[in-house]
Amino acid sequence: MTEHESTGPRILEVRTKILKKNDELAREMRRGFERAGVLVVNMVSSPGTGKTSFLRETLARLVARGEPVAAVVGDLETDNDARRLAESGAPVRQIMTHGLCHLEADMVQRHLDGWNVSSLHYLFIENVGNLVCPTSWDLGESVRLALLSVTEGEDKPLKYPGLFNTADAAAITKVDLAEVCEFDRAAAVAAIEVVRPGMRIFETSAKTGAGLDDWLAYLAERRAALGIT
Amino acid sequence: MHELSIASRIVELAGERCRAAGAVRAVAITLRIGQLSCVHEDALQFSFGLISEGTPLAGAALRVIHVPARIWCGPCGREVELPGIQRFACPVCGMPSGDIRAGRELDLESIELADDRATATEAAIR
Repeated sequence: MTEHESTGPRILEVRTKILKKNDELAREMRRGFERAGVLVVNMVSSPGTGKTSFLRETLARLVARGEPVAAVVGDLETDNDARRLAESGAPVRQIMTHGLCHLEADMVQRHLDGWNVSSLHYLFIENVGNLVCPTSWDLGESVRLALLSVTEGEDKPLKYPGLFNTADAAAITKVDLAEVCEFDRAAAVAAIEVVRPGMRIFETSAKTGAGLDDWLAYLAERRAALGIT
Repeated sequence: MHELSIASRIVELAGERCRAAGAVRAVAITLRIGQLSCVHEDALQFSFGLISEGTPLAGAALRVIHVPARIWCGPCGREVELPGIQRFACPVCGMPSGDIRAGRELDLESIELADDRATATEAAIR
């Protein structure tokens, strides 16, 4: 701290992260999840990419394999997504943000209350549909998945590099519609790779199940790695 | 508009530091914002103006130091600044790199506190 005599303005050197409280809580949550062997996935995309369908199919497959899973889903209003996700048979809770454009760590923590989280293998957090605001909020996840559908522009990663750059993996959704949409697969893959070199990319369809086995294998691999870290 | 949430964290954090330093108010605060942080300065200025009302930060100037994105380039063996954030590759040799070294900052750098005597004088005038 640099302090001058009180005759002039005093400069307080702070050098602290603005989102320090969120970051600290998220770090503590992640430590707890990882110690218990729970892989937490934060799913981020624009509204309409198909996060809920992708997650419903992911949950249904994990439930069928006997894996303990749960999900929390953030939306500005309504619990429609929680109801859609519950069709998978997994426990699901809705976080209604009432206008807030992103989830924060304490909101997730509050909504886990009463669940035996440490008995889970996977916990999914479906963020509010938004490709900007969720970027800076760490939710205690081990994997951040950015999703992009074939009905959106292939250059979306270039338009929202901040978010794609923080992701660990990307999923291209609705590939069953690729042809009708004249989706340029190579351009989309190139756009993802240029903003996040080396990122894993899954090409998926919740409707046909394409690519979901690869995605589940990736999750298992990431979960197995928790014990090592 | 997540800038509103960020502005409230700034006011909360800076307010705590002002009180701890025994200051009545701040005249300016300086932030470091990385190019990758997805924060829009105009939206943040607007939000800060709203949220700081009635706090020690009311009327304080919000100064922003923009931090460009930097990556580590293996072949060049050094950190390089990116000319933009659409391409994470070395601008010199073209090698892609996901090793981000700067650009994600969202930091409260410093607070300029009002001169105590000036504040006391102002209070006396009022």
